[in-house]
Amino acid sequence: MEMTLNEVVFYLLSTVIVVCSILTVTTTRILRSATYLLFVLFATAGLYFQMNYSFMGAVQLTVYAGGVIVLYVFSILLTSSPGGDKERPKRKYMFAGLSAVVVGALLSIYLILTHSFPASRYVAGEIDMKTIGQVLMGTEKYQYLLPFEAVSVLLLACIVGGILIARKR
Amino acid sequence: MEYYLVVSAIMMFAGIYGFIVRRSLLGILISIELILNSVDINFMVFNRYLYPDQMEGFFFTLFAIGVSAAETAIAIAICINVYRNLHSINVKNLDEMKN
Repeated sequence: MEMTLNEVVFYLLSTVIVVCSILTVTTTRILRSATYLLFVLFATAGLYFQMNYSFMGAVQLTVYAGGVIVLYVFSILLTSSPGGDKERPKRKYMFAGLSAVVVGALLSIYLILTHSFPASRYVAGEIDMKTIGQVLMGTEKYQYLLPFEAVSVLLLACIVGGILIARKR
Repeated sequence: MEYYLVVSAIMMFAGIYGFIVRRSLLGILISIELILNSVDINFMVFNRYLYPDQMEGFFFTLFAIGVSAAETAIAIAICINVYRNLHSINVKNLDEMKN
């Protein structure tokens, strides 16, 4: 019973992801596109929660759905022209993109379904916060202090660069 | 497990389609977000189903989310600057960088 409930949740979330990610790239208004992207990110966080990675689901919700989407909506409203910003792609590009994407998607789905992965060893269970913190702050093998510091320097450079690029002259 | 990978593959190719077809900078950025997100799903699925006693996929996804947030912030700053100079974010009008 638990397994079937898990599958029902997975099929629901994956339907939301597939439908909304296709609508994200095919809708003509850019603001609707950002809204569908928000739904895709919510459903992805749901997949992380379903895989028992609740810390990563929370990170996905706060960083992506909380921060990045707000940035997108602000910049769309700042840069959209007042007279409706419908964009119609040219038929030539649309045909080329569609054929390339359909061929690539069918090929990769065929490869995924026929490739023999190593035996799945699904172990349910949460990574507790103490382990995450110690691995993130350790300097030994399989511990991640150096990438953590690199990301912090990257974010600092991002703040300075954002101010420098977007300020008024 | 394969079904997770199929879902993320569909999401990734939707992102690639948008990257090719979209004509505005913000549409291209949204497509890039789709691609990055599908790669994150792949890392988490591999970590959970194939190597559940290690944590590499988890931390790689964590750092990828941080890097993509930084990239989005910088790209949106560039978009706003381009709009301020050219009054359009259409890729067609971006053929000259300096003026």
